[in-house]
Amino acid sequence: MKVGVVTFPGSLDDADARRAAAVAGAEAVALWHADADLHGVDAVVLPGGFSYGDYLRAGAISRFAPVMETIIKKAGEGLPVLGICNGFQVLCESHLLPGALIKNSLRKFVCRDQVLRIENNTTAWTSDYDANHEITIVLKNQDGSFVADEATLDRLEGEGRVVARYVDNPNGSYRDIAGITNERGNVVGLMPHPEHAVETLTGPTTDGLGFFTSVLKAVVAS
Amino acid sequence: MSTDTVTNATSTPDVEQPWAELGLKPDEYQRIRDILDRRPTSCELAMYSVMWSEHCSYKSSKVHLKRFGEIPQETPAGKMLAGIGENAGVIDIGEGYAVTFKVESHNHPSYVEPYQGAATGVGGIVRDIIAMGARPVAVMDPLRFGPLDAPDTKRVLPGIVSGIGGYGNSLGLPNIGGEVVFDPTYIGNPLVNALCVGVMRHEDLHLANATGVGNQMILYGAKTGGDGIGGVSILASETFAEGGPTKRPAVQVGDPFMEKLLIECTLELFAAKVVEGIQDLGGGGLSCATSELASAGDGGMRVSLDKVPLRDASLSPEEILMSESQERMMACVTPANVEEFLKICAKWDVQADVIGEVTDTGRLEIDWHGERVVDVLPETVAHEGPVYNRPFARPSWQDELQADGAEKLPRATTADELRATLLQLIASPNLCDKSWVTDQYDRYVLGNSVLAQPEDSGMIRVDETSGLGVAVSTDCNGRFTKLDPYTGAKLALAESFRNVATTGARPVAVSDCLNFGSPEDPDVMWQFTEAIRGLVDGCKELGIPVTGGNVSFYNQTGDVAILPTPVIGVLGVIDDVTRRTPIGFTGEMEGHQLYLLGETAEELSGSEWAHVVHSHLGGRPPAVDLAAEQQLADILINASRDGLIDAAHDVSDGGVAQTLVESALRGGVGARVWAPDNLDPFLFLFAESAGRAVVAVPRTEEVRFTDMCTARRFPHTKIGVITGDTLDVQDQFEIPLTELREVWSATLPAALG
Repeated sequence: MKVGVVTFPGSLDDADARRAAAVAGAEAVALWHADADLHGVDAVVLPGGFSYGDYLRAGAISRFAPVMETIIKKAGEGLPVLGICNGFQVLCESHLLPGALIKNSLRKFVCRDQVLRIENNTTAWTSDYDANHEITIVLKNQDGSFVADEATLDRLEGEGRVVARYVDNPNGSYRDIAGITNERGNVVGLMPHPEHAVETLTGPTTDGLGFFTSVLKAVVAS
Repeated sequence: MSTDTVTNATSTPDVEQPWAELGLKPDEYQRIRDILDRRPTSCELAMYSVMWSEHCSYKSSKVHLKRFGEIPQETPAGKMLAGIGENAGVIDIGEGYAVTFKVESHNHPSYVEPYQGAATGVGGIVRDIIAMGARPVAVMDPLRFGPLDAPDTKRVLPGIVSGIGGYGNSLGLPNIGGEVVFDPTYIGNPLVNALCVGVMRHEDLHLANATGVGNQMILYGAKTGGDGIGGVSILASETFAEGGPTKRPAVQVGDPFMEKLLIECTLELFAAKVVEGIQDLGGGGLSCATSELASAGDGGMRVSLDKVPLRDASLSPEEILMSESQERMMACVTPANVEEFLKICAKWDVQADVIGEVTDTGRLEIDWHGERVVDVLPETVAHEGPVYNRPFARPSWQDELQADGAEKLPRATTADELRATLLQLIASPNLCDKSWVTDQYDRYVLGNSVLAQPEDSGMIRVDETSGLGVAVSTDCNGRFTKLDPYTGAKLALAESFRNVATTGARPVAVSDCLNFGSPEDPDVMWQFTEAIRGLVDGCKELGIPVTGGNVSFYNQTGDVAILPTPVIGVLGVIDDVTRRTPIGFTGEMEGHQLYLLGETAEELSGSEWAHVVHSHLGGRPPAVDLAAEQQLADILINASRDGLIDAAHDVSDGGVAQTLVESALRGGVGARVWAPDNLDPFLFLFAESAGRAVVAVPRTEEVRFTDMCTARRFPHTKIGVITGDTLDVQDQFEIPLTELREVWSATLPAALG
C-alpha cells in the first residue's frame, strides 16, 4: 500500500504528508514534479506550500508539471487523490475540481486550529469519519477562500460533494466550504491540513489521521 | 563612463572620490590609501566602504565583543563544534546531532520598508544557517515597536509582521516564538531581530572558506540586481535624520520561493559532497563574500565580475560589488565537482555560474571585462577595518534615574482596585494576547513543533525515534537595561535561561542581538559596555557560552536612543520532547496544587505596573541571582523529567498575576489562589522579582516535589489550586475566564484591525 506525495518546487508540507501516511500505516513514496512516473503508488497527495512561489495564481504553474499529466489521467480512472491547501489549488487549476481559491477575506495569512464538520463520509479520503463528525485540524493559508458561481455551488451541494465545512468560517469561503470532491469521490480538495493533526505531540489533535486511514481502506476495497 | 582600473588609479592619484557619500570618515579613507599605497579604484572604494561599515566591521563594538572569548567555549551538553566568527556557532547536542542558531537584526531596513525589510531579515539569517550545512528547522522574531497607538506603529507593525510571515511561511519554517514589545523609544526605530535554528549531523558541518588553488568559485541563486545597493553602509550605520532624503532604494527585495530552492539545493550539494565551502551573500553582498572567503582560505582569489548574471544589465561593477540582492550564495568547488554541482543546481532550477577561482597570489583580484578593477589583500577588506575605542561614560542622568524608584508610587490596596489593576495590565499592549501577530506565522509546518508561542520557549523535535529536541527562547526587558545595563543584561539572560528550563530543556548556549543607540554617544557606549560586562559575567556564572550574535547600533532618532535592548536567545536541549512542560492549566490538571518557586521582594521599578499605571521608569531593576536561577532550572528540568509537574510558567513581565492569567487562558481552566503569609497581595500579584516560576503539581507527586525543593533549600510556597472557570484570588476578587479572555485578547485587534 503506497501513498505518493508530490514535491513541486516550493512545496512545504510534503514531508508532513509523508509522515502522516506512514503514521496511518502506508508506505510513503516521494514523487518529483518533473517525473511523470507515479512509481506504482495506490494514492496521491498533493501537499501544501507555495509551489513556484504562487506569484501568478496559487497552483497555476504546478498544474503543468509532468507529474500532473499522469495524475490527471489516473484520477479519471479512479486513483485516489487528495489535494491539501496548495494541492487543492492545484486540483482546481487542473479542473479536476470546480471553483477557485482566492485571498482570505481578511487579507492576512491565517494559522489556527480550525473546527470542521465532515459532511460527506463516502469519499475515498473520508470514509473513516462519521457523517457530521466535527474535527479540529490545522488551518494555515493565504489564499484559502473557496469561491465558485452559484450554479456550481448549488450543484456541489445538490450532489453531496461538499466534503467538509468550516465551523466559524476563517477566510470568507462561500457557503463555509472547506473541502469538496469530484463526482466519483476519489479526488478530494481540502484547504485545512489533516497531515498536521496526526500526533498530539506536534498537532492540536489526531483528528486528521482519518483522511489517511480512509484511503488505505478505499484502496484495499477496490 | 570608463572603468576605473587599478592602472588608472595609480596614474591619477588626485581624483576626487565620493568616500564621504559612501559613509567613510576622512581618516578611514586615508587608511585605505595607505594600505594600497595609492588611491583605491572606485570598485575598491565600494568594497572598503561596505566592509568597513559599522554593520560589517563591528568597528565600534569589536574591542568589547572580544570579551565573549573569556567565557569557556564548552556547553553543558559538550564541546562547541564552531564558535563566534563563523556564520553561526555550532553546538553538539548528542546522538550525533549538532545544532546551530543565531539571531540578527534587520532594524533599519524594516523602518524604511517594513514588509521587505522584515522579510529579507528572515532570509538573511536562514542563509547563515544553511551555509553551515544545517537544515533550518525553526525561526523566531523578537520585535520592538513604538506605542501601539502611535500612527507610525500602525504603518510599521502590520508590514513587518506580514513580511516575516510572507517570507518565513513560504520557506516552510515554523515560527515558534519571539517577542512583541512596545515602548515610546522605538518610535522611528522599530527592532526586527530574526533568529533561526538549524540541525545537522556532526559530519555535515561546513565552514566558509575558499581553499585549494585552482578550485572554482561559483555564484548561485538569484541574479544580481540594483536592490540593496549600499544597504549596509547607508542604512545600518547612520542615524535617520529628520527631513533627510528618502533611503528606500537601499532596501533589498526578497523572493522566498528562490530561497526555498536555495535551501533544498544547498543541502543536496552538501549531501553530494561537491562543495569545499559555502558563504551566503547578505550584508555587503559580493564584497563581503569574496573578501571573507578569500581571507579565510589559504591563497588568493580571482573573480571575473562580468560573469555575474545580472537582473539589470546597466549595473556598473561598483554596483555589482555593493548590491545586496537576496537569495545568493557563493561556493568553492573543486574542478572535478563543477559538473555535478551545476547539475544539482539545474535540478532545482537554480542559476549557477563559475565567476572565479582560488589562486596562489594571496590577493583578491577582480576583473571587469579583462581589466583589473580590484587588487587588494582580502584581509585588509574583511578583517583589518578600523577599530574604535569609542569614549564611554556613565550618563550624568543615571544616578537621578536610579534614585527615582517606583516602589514609592501609589498602589492598589482594596480588592476592587487590585481587580481593576489586573484587568488594566492584561489589556496593556505588552501583556495582551499576541495572536493577532503570531496567527500570521505558520507554527506547524515540518511537523516537529512541540511547543510554540505563547509557551515559555519554542521546542522542536530533532529525532522522531529518540525524542531528542531543542528549545529556544529570546528575551530582554529594555526598561531594566535602561535602569542598569549591567544588571539588565543579566536579567535578560536569566529570563531566557529560565524560559528554556521551564519547558524542561537544559540551557546550553547563548546567541545575542545587541540593539543600541549611537556608539558615538558616550552614554550609549557605556550602556553597551555595561551590558556586555553583564552578559560575560552571567554566562560565566551559568556555564554557557555565547556562540554568536550581532550588534545593531544607531537605533536612535536625533538625541533619543532606544532603550538599550540586548536580546538574549538561549538554546536548550531536552532528551525526550514528550516530557516537555507546557504553560496551560488543562482539564486533566483539575485539583493540581500550584506552587510559587523563588522569592518575591518589593521590586516594582521598571515593572509593567509602573509603566502602564504610572507611565514611570526609574529606580533599580530587580536583583538578579544566577546561582538561584541555576537551582530553579535544575528543579524545573528534574521535575519535568520525573513527571512531578504537569505545567509550569515563568514569572516575569506583569508578575504572578500575568503568569496565572496566561496559564489559565492557555489551558482553559482557572485557579483559586491566595497570597502567601507575609506577602502583601499587591506585591504577590504584580512584583517582578526574578528567579520565579509557578508550577502545577499533581497531588500524588506533591510530597516528592516539595521534598526535592526542600533538599535543595529552594523557596517554594503553595499559592493555590487549579480549578473552575475563574481566577479567584482569595479574600480579594474573582474574575471569570471569559472576562479575562475578552479583555486580554481585544487590544491588538482593536488597534490594528
